[in-house]
Amino acid sequence: MAGENGGGRPASKSMSIIVTKGTLDWAYPPFILGTTAAAMGLDVTMFFTFYGLPLLLKNLDLQLSPLGNPAMKMPLAGMHMAMPNIASMIPGVDAAATTMMNNLMKKKGVASIADLRALAIESDIKMIACQMTMDLFEYTLKDMIDGPVLGGAASYIEVATKSDINLFI
Amino acid sequence: MADQTLDAKGLNCPLPILRAKKALQALPPGGTLEILATDPGAVKDFEAFCRTTGNELMESTTQGNVFRFVLKRTG
Repeated sequence: MAGENGGGRPASKSMSIIVTKGTLDWAYPPFILGTTAAAMGLDVTMFFTFYGLPLLLKNLDLQLSPLGNPAMKMPLAGMHMAMPNIASMIPGVDAAATTMMNNLMKKKGVASIADLRALAIESDIKMIACQMTMDLFEYTLKDMIDGPVLGGAASYIEVATKSDINLFI
Repeated sequence: MADQTLDAKGLNCPLPILRAKKALQALPPGGTLEILATDPGAVKDFEAFCRTTGNELMESTTQGNVFRFVLKRTG
């Protein structure tokens, strides 16, 4: 399309991203990189598989867990608070961590995943929903936002062979 | 004076770039866009954005904690 790059050159580069993780924190890298690449004129394809697939659900309900993530240190009163793994065992701790992260992101002007996903669709990012994962977790296209097409590994590989950048997140 | 101003203050990566791209698209070729941002990462990011997309970064200045950019839609 003319003017696709905001007046720049025609799109010549392309990028693909395999999206495999669906927690609140891990949902960010693929959507940030995808939307930014599209804004910079790249053709972008995102392949949603396993726990990344629910990022296409109409109702996003993203959760966060400090479990298995010793690097997660939340700013608190000028310090950084680490959460020991065992804290995740206590009911309500994961939910509290999720609320804390959502509030922090709002305060720091970080876009929500729902917003970034809307921007991704608006910028014509191609989305492929993994058919096998749909069967496995019993989802149908009716559960998903408009836009994704169904496909499998071969569909992704075909895109990847033609892409300048291929990421697995 | 730029043809249009985009206030991206308080927004974090990648929103200033995404909003700028949208605003640029709405301009005619040769049109200029002024962007105000508070994200320090925007300085390097707008340079990279312009190098990659072929739009011209005409100005990049700092005033207090506000970064000001002027982009020209070129192609």
